[in-house]
Amino acid sequence: MTEPSEPLAGKASARPARLWRTLLRRPVAVVALAYLGLLIVAAAAAPLLAPYDPTATDLDHVLSGPTLSHPFGTDNLGRDVLSRLMYGGRVSLTGVAEAVLTTLVLGVTAGLLAGFAGGWVDRVISWIVDMVLAVPVIITLLVVLSVVGSNETAAMITVGVLTAPGLARVVRGTTMAVRKELYVSAARVAGLPGRRIVIGQVLPRAAGPIIVQVSLGAGGALLAQAGIEFLGLGVQPPTPTWGGMVNDASQVIDKQPFLLLPTGLVVGLAILAFGLLGDAVRDAAADRGSRSSTRIRRRRAGPVQPVSPEAPGALLELRDVRVELTGLDGNRDAVPVVDGVSLHISPGETVGLVGESGCGKSITGRAVLGLLPPGAECTAGGIFFDGARLTARSRRAARGKRIALVSQEPVGSLDPVFTVGHQVDELVRRHHGGRRAAVRARTLDLLASVRLPDPAAVVKRYPHELSGGMAQRVAIAMALAGDPRLLIADEPTTALDVTVQAEILDLLRGLQQQRGMAILLISHDWGVVADLCARAYVMYAGHIVESAPVLPLVDGPRHPYTAGLLRCGPRSVAPRTMLRAIEGGVPGPGEWPAGCHFRARCPLADNDCAQGPIAMAEPESGHRTRCLHHTDLAKESDDEPIGTPA
Amino acid sequence: MYRFILRRLAMSVVVVFAVSLLTFLLEALVPGDAARTILGQNYTPQAYAQLRAQLGLDRPLLVQYWDWLVGALHGNLGVSPISGLDVGSQVVARLGVTLSLIVVTTLVAAVVGIVLGVLGAVRGGVLGKLVDVLSLVGFALPAFWFGLVLVTVFAVSIRLLPATGYTAFASSPSAWLHTIILPVIALAVQPIAVIAKQTRDGMSDTLRKDFVHSLRANGASEFSVLFRHGLRNAAIPVVTVVGLMFVGLLNATVLVETVFAMPGLGGLAVQSSMQHDLPVIQGLAVAFTVIVVLVNLLVDLAYGWLNPKVRVA
Repeated sequence: MTEPSEPLAGKASARPARLWRTLLRRPVAVVALAYLGLLIVAAAAAPLLAPYDPTATDLDHVLSGPTLSHPFGTDNLGRDVLSRLMYGGRVSLTGVAEAVLTTLVLGVTAGLLAGFAGGWVDRVISWIVDMVLAVPVIITLLVVLSVVGSNETAAMITVGVLTAPGLARVVRGTTMAVRKELYVSAARVAGLPGRRIVIGQVLPRAAGPIIVQVSLGAGGALLAQAGIEFLGLGVQPPTPTWGGMVNDASQVIDKQPFLLLPTGLVVGLAILAFGLLGDAVRDAAADRGSRSSTRIRRRRAGPVQPVSPEAPGALLELRDVRVELTGLDGNRDAVPVVDGVSLHISPGETVGLVGESGCGKSITGRAVLGLLPPGAECTAGGIFFDGARLTARSRRAARGKRIALVSQEPVGSLDPVFTVGHQVDELVRRHHGGRRAAVRARTLDLLASVRLPDPAAVVKRYPHELSGGMAQRVAIAMALAGDPRLLIADEPTTALDVTVQAEILDLLRGLQQQRGMAILLISHDWGVVADLCARAYVMYAGHIVESAPVLPLVDGPRHPYTAGLLRCGPRSVAPRTMLRAIEGGVPGPGEWPAGCHFRARCPLADNDCAQGPIAMAEPESGHRTRCLHHTDLAKESDDEPIGTPA
Repeated sequence: MYRFILRRLAMSVVVVFAVSLLTFLLEALVPGDAARTILGQNYTPQAYAQLRAQLGLDRPLLVQYWDWLVGALHGNLGVSPISGLDVGSQVVARLGVTLSLIVVTTLVAAVVGIVLGVLGAVRGGVLGKLVDVLSLVGFALPAFWFGLVLVTVFAVSIRLLPATGYTAFASSPSAWLHTIILPVIALAVQPIAVIAKQTRDGMSDTLRKDFVHSLRANGASEFSVLFRHGLRNAAIPVVTVVGLMFVGLLNATVLVETVFAMPGLGGLAVQSSMQHDLPVIQGLAVAFTVIVVLVNLLVDLAYGWLNPKVRVA
């Protein structure tokens, strides 16, 4: 075997085994497998285990309910239902096996062929697959049965043929993916892998989807088979069959309705087991569920320490806000993601909130809007708007009207299935009411005010027909629909081209001046912050670590994190310093060190930094920092930037 | 979009054609042909040959098929050798029963399933669990067996509704409703389960999207977020599933019509299958396939309506 295929092959052979293990960790899968196993054993060993001959009649004990000697009762001829169920399982399970085998052989062959050959072979097979999917199953079965007589094997093979297209599609998809992958890796090293390798790759990889399809198909086959037998078109009496037993029971429902139950339950549970098994394999293959299965415990919101607003005249104020997240990575304990955050914004002011991703900026923004993700909760502190505490109710009223949001993904923040006009209209109508024509006129004004050329044409477009810059203008127009006094702009230019970025920043500045609107700009880009903001807060691992007017902040940072962050931005690179990021990453929630959150990455850290929470210091008026060594930092930054490589 | 629909339409014609040809060719495999079936056990070779000639069975298979095809294109699906009745008019006469069942069931299942799915996605908690359990149970409940249970409870025990039979809507809407309630419930359980699950998953995905967050943040009403934006975005897979369920109901209705002794296409199919009445079953195969193909076309059209990207392309 060629060398490059080895790691791949190793990975592939590990996959089914791992799938199996993850599967066996799921109680549902284990129960389903156990039940199906029980059915198979009971059917296979029926001659040994069954308490009675399935065809032995006992006219003295007809239609008895469940008794000690007949736990599932007897039918209208006094035959033991339990024994008949066991023998009936032989017919049913054989039939299911026939159908499943047919599906496997046809589906896998057709899928591999289509996936490998490509071209016209693929087209023909795909076309046949589409066609067979349009054939109604039961009528085809009836046609086959009317031709071949009551031959259940023929019927089940027909079921298998009709189920095969679904499987063929899955195998074809996997084959094509593997082929593409190998093509790429084979291009790197000489020597194309043979088809055998590809098959060795495809089948293990497709194992999960194949099992899913097959187990759903098996459930369907069982149902179809019971149906045929119920209609009296399958295996003929006196051989017991599950469908036939339901039919027997249906003849006497006025005398012994219980008779319906045992067979119905056995068949229903078998279909259920096949379905659950399929679901479990799908989940195990996707390796999800570990997260979704952990319950997010809704804790009763504890008594939040009453705090009162401190900054007089502020439009928005956050005081000691703490946000905790439950259910993170399967963890059932609440973990703080934002802690002790205090900030304020005056009317008409533009304020930046800066930090690396994962430091809690966006969560802070969402906390203001009261739109925290599931599991997250504001557990301490207070958020005040115009001096009044924001509650769940007042937030709902404030959204759009007093506080609005522009988010990062311009196209993603618009609903793909409605036109621009429809979406903007909705918010305009919501905030201002009015008749259709008045609403539309206001929408057009709004779109013009965000400097969109030809608003009348834009309203008719769908989001996917807009460029990123246009979409972001529409998103801004939607945020402005309620004339908010505060706009939270969460990375509003990150996803855009540089030239478009500048235009959007210009637009935001213009709107802010025209409307006297305050802006909270969440960003990791110092250029954007310096361009637009008067003041900025720097955030790190859930804490505000420094705050100051932008100029002093950029010129003389008093926190080593700010200093490091500033050096990352190409705009602030001084001659002779290398462009480099701060080593390490932001510690995730729950991994915050005691004391200063930044100390693991900090060049100035010493033992004092680990002693306990660091308080905010205010070395200069309006310039606050959460660092014990801010005086050293101020001294050093006069000489040369810290961490400059020699 | 038009090209897409045209292609689907062309394929549909081919499917109907292929199904009719295949059923016809299968007839050739039957050991006993229609003439033998009519004559019964004792007949003379002359009588047999005469009847074969009379029925046109002595001609080459493809010629017979061509005749049938030309007739079918003129709306003439042939005559049953067993009952002597015209196949086309038999199908038409029974179509109302089957369509009543399937269309009403689809509507009920779509409405109930979507409401349950939305509730499950939005409310979570106990209601979400309930939707989960219901979709599991519904998925595994064989419609014909559940129909029998319904008959036992509502027709035999408390005699609330008729156990069997069918009254046409035209002759008495209220009696029509009475006769279809139980079969519709029996048929609807599985589609409700599948549609609810799909809706729930789709809604949960949609509600995590950026635009939902933006809409909420900018003051859109929760009702609009859920029903205008959420449901509409989740609708495409739901429509697919509704289409699949409709097709699946064609299968289930064959059994359920038998359980409730309703004079629909399903009963006819079972009966003609037992009697080896091939012209009838061939007519039914064509009728069923046409219904499937039409529903698939409707689903395709719905995609175009729901997804502006498809519409433009």
